Amino acid sequence: MALKSNIIKHWQKSKVLLVGGSAGSFKLILRLVKSFPHDLNKTVIIVIHRKKNFFSEIEKLFAQNSCMPLLEISDKEKIESNAIYIAPANYHTLIEKNGHFGLDVSEAVWYSRPSIDVTFESAAEVYTQNCTAILLSGANQDGAEGLLKLRESGALTIAQHPDDAEMTEMPQAAINIKAAEYILHTTEIFELIQSA
Amino acid sequence: MDATINKDTLTAPQIFELINLVKKVHGFDFSDYTKASLKRRLDRIMMLKKLSFYDLKHVLVNNPDFFQEFLEEITVNVTEMFRDPAFYKSLNNQVLPYLSTYQHIKIWCAGCSSGEEVYSMAILLKEEQLSKKSFIYGTDINTEVLKEARKGIYSLRKIKSYAENYLFTGLPGSITDHFTIMYDAAAIHNELKDNTLFSVHNLISDTIFNEFQMIACRNVFIYFETELQERILDLFYKSLCPLGYLCLGNKETIRSDFFRKKFKVINQKENIYQKIGS
Repeated sequence: MALKSNIIKHWQKSKVLLVGGSAGSFKLILRLVKSFPHDLNKTVIIVIHRKKNFFSEIEKLFAQNSCMPLLEISDKEKIESNAIYIAPANYHTLIEKNGHFGLDVSEAVWYSRPSIDVTFESAAEVYTQNCTAILLSGANQDGAEGLLKLRESGALTIAQHPDDAEMTEMPQAAINIKAAEYILHTTEIFELIQSA
Repeated sequence: MDATINKDTLTAPQIFELINLVKKVHGFDFSDYTKASLKRRLDRIMMLKKLSFYDLKHVLVNNPDFFQEFLEEITVNVTEMFRDPAFYKSLNNQVLPYLSTYQHIKIWCAGCSSGEEVYSMAILLKEEQLSKKSFIYGTDINTEVLKEARKGIYSLRKIKSYAENYLFTGLPGSITDHFTIMYDAAAIHNELKDNTLFSVHNLISDTIFNEFQMIACRNVFIYFETELQERILDLFYKSLCPLGYLCLGNKETIRSDFFRKKFKVINQKENIYQKIGS
């Protein structure tokens, strides 16, 4: 299926790609990371629900499988333009207007810290239309409100087609509140990324 | 109540106005707090209290009791016992052996909230047989959370969530060994409270009050702009004895070149530093 030129244009002019996912999204995110060319020239910020003290090797695995540099998010870290970041466990990741990351240990949102909503909402304030956000499989509603804020501020917002999602609740929640401008099948998401 | 009120989120000029108002009326200066996080806290207060921007200004000026609530909400008081177990492990392995050579060990937990970190340290010191010569000062700007800290009573639900952290620290036994459990609450053992003192201290406006062998200020800097962090680093530097230790949060580092020369990195990953120079 061919994608409309509008969506491709918006993706191509996006400086930032936000990816949110929870249960059932991990393998897909890894495939996405693998598919990014070394010169994607976008900031990729990934928020996956993850447990504290669960010393998973997510960062290592992503770094090994990525052509783009994978950088760590720490307090006041400057956000680079051609790099992948993964929201650390047990913190919320925020985007500051001065181009730095901010971290926050406040209450979990939808039982999650990192919360997708928190990152998406602060990104909406800073990146407005220069941003693409994709919400993938997950078993709760985190990310839907944030995606709506992004859409309202002019970002390109995409929900994974619930038929393709291992857990439908998260993309469905976004679709229900009309937060997703586009509902794409997994193959279309890859097609879009490749069109950069 | 008008449903739209709950959807209100503040603009940058409105936040600026609130910061100035709080500074003038209550003497608390939030101007160097990180903006994205502060905005979230303020939006949250408006949502929880069902206030518009104008309502919020009104109660901040006219309702003296409201400010304490405001302060509680604005400052993040989420904390855990043994948050980042690997940090406690490296304290045990890399710092306590040196601290144990001192006659007295004075520790300052800056931004201690409801006391979980103070009691975690107290447990660690007890397990290392250092309790008798140690004293831990917990400070916070928030008087309400300090009341909780002094009580040292936590819900069983919370203790259960701390139990996993405890397990990962490699300390012997289980976290419940240090508590007396009654119904759905757990009280920290009195012997662990003996060597602690909780008091109000504002990192932004208050000064040195003692000399310490170690200062822990974890997950506080994330809410402060870099310049303010540097002012507080200066306070910490001056409050540490020679070769004293400074512990920051897991994602916090000393960024300023000036202070990087004044502190030696003891553990890069856990952000443990040692004061050098004079």
